[in-house]
Amino acid sequence: MAAPELLPGRRPLPAGASAEVGPHATTIVALTCADGVVMAGDRRATMGNLIASRDIEKVFAADAYSLVGIAGTAGVGIELMRLFQVELEHYEKIEGAMLSLHGKANRLATMIRNNLGAALQGLAVIPLFAGFDVDAEDPGHAGRIFSFDIAGGVYEEKGFDAIGSGSLFAKSALKKRYRAGVSLDEGVRLAMEALYDAADDDTATGGPDLIRKVYPVVMTATAEGSRRLTDEEAGEVAEAVVRDRMENPGG
Amino acid sequence: MAMQFYASPEQIMRDRSEYARKGIARGRSVVVLTYEGGVLFVAENVSTALHKVSELYDRIGFAAVGRFNELENLRAAGVRMADLRGYSYDRRDVTARSLANAYAQTLGAIFTEQSKPFEVEICVAEVGSRPERDELYRLTYDGSLQDEPGTIAMGGQADAISQVLKARHRPDMSLRDAVQLAVQSLGSVGGEGGQPRKLEASQLEVAVLDRRRPGRTFRRITGAALAPLLAPEDGAGKKGGAPVEPAEGPKIAEPGPSPADKSPGGVDPVADGEG
Repeated sequence: MAAPELLPGRRPLPAGASAEVGPHATTIVALTCADGVVMAGDRRATMGNLIASRDIEKVFAADAYSLVGIAGTAGVGIELMRLFQVELEHYEKIEGAMLSLHGKANRLATMIRNNLGAALQGLAVIPLFAGFDVDAEDPGHAGRIFSFDIAGGVYEEKGFDAIGSGSLFAKSALKKRYRAGVSLDEGVRLAMEALYDAADDDTATGGPDLIRKVYPVVMTATAEGSRRLTDEEAGEVAEAVVRDRMENPGG
Repeated sequence: MAMQFYASPEQIMRDRSEYARKGIARGRSVVVLTYEGGVLFVAENVSTALHKVSELYDRIGFAAVGRFNELENLRAAGVRMADLRGYSYDRRDVTARSLANAYAQTLGAIFTEQSKPFEVEICVAEVGSRPERDELYRLTYDGSLQDEPGTIAMGGQADAISQVLKARHRPDMSLRDAVQLAVQSLGSVGGEGGQPRKLEASQLEVAVLDRRRPGRTFRRITGAALAPLLAPEDGAGKKGGAPVEPAEGPKIAEPGPSPADKSPGGVDPVADGEG
């Protein structure tokens, strides 16, 4: 007799919290600017008091015009993001057209909702989604950001948002520095500053690692598509931020 | 009770083949050929929304002639299989050979088991790192699978078109030369009194698998990018030396009447993002 429920992947998780079984990804920030959106994430993953990874990547291009960043249980988040990428690409190929930006956000919300059971046991993952809306009437307002809750709620954010353990500090930094309609370069700088502030006050968020040359992952989505800043470009901005903080540690 | 007349299996297969061949020969043609920078697909197709050529995966394209509902069915099955494989294993594990094999099984089963065969002929093409590594597979209505080096012509008067193509094709052609050869070969049949026809950009569907792109290589060439490739060669264009390549993506396609035009047609979101 077949008993598929006994296969390793199908056995129910034991009751109780399992939050400490895998590494956790931490802070992601996103902000809109004149040309589109910027998203950046630090490179640290933690397991309790230990640093599980110094160079994990948590910000990805979901497709040609949108970005997704993950916070929470790293393994679940990376799997979720991979599935999301495949879904968007599959839809595009089958239908011959991309999903609308809001359609992508709603799809991602459903995927989060499906993880609710595991999330309640501690394996939670929350993404941040941002993209360039190719259908927007006004290209100056085509950059959009969506945040999610664990139960599948999807909320469009104005201007900027952050998720993860350091998000409190990152959002506070952006609240004081962000202005609507900033240029893409200013946006990249603001995101880097916000991550620096998060790393400054949150132990689970990693700052720019000048010794190992590991810098936050910074991605942009504009009319030209989604793009990741090269390590040299991200490094230049990160080093400039650190240099300025030597004179004024508060930014 | 009605009497069943005996028909020999040979007779049944012959009848089905004839039926399928007639259906395929009625449509317009598609040609697929390799060139220095990748694999080129050119189809005679007046519709901008209903495609005969499309993307299956990163380095794999699909071209088909015949009945639209049947080829669309096969295309969707191919995309599904490719995406599922790539997700389950790795993007590199999706190959044209395995897709062509799956198509052969499907078409073969339909040909023998169903009363009406699929009236389609399809090509699955994979672009390699060098022209010698390109793979072109032709699949016919009965599930037979052939590996054809260099060029494939399907549908309509495919034999006549194929002769023109084969005689002048070289694997090291530029994109412009390849497009012109494809268009001339398509126009070599169907003219009045055996005269060649002149095909306009609006009658053509053109796409490439771009050898040098990382990730998703499939790209449609339309509008402003297509016109210079079709223009007759002038002295300046020849001396310039630089072959006209498809527009660098990702880019929002030229405004078009079809929602399909919004699709960038293939960019690689994970070219350097995913480990």
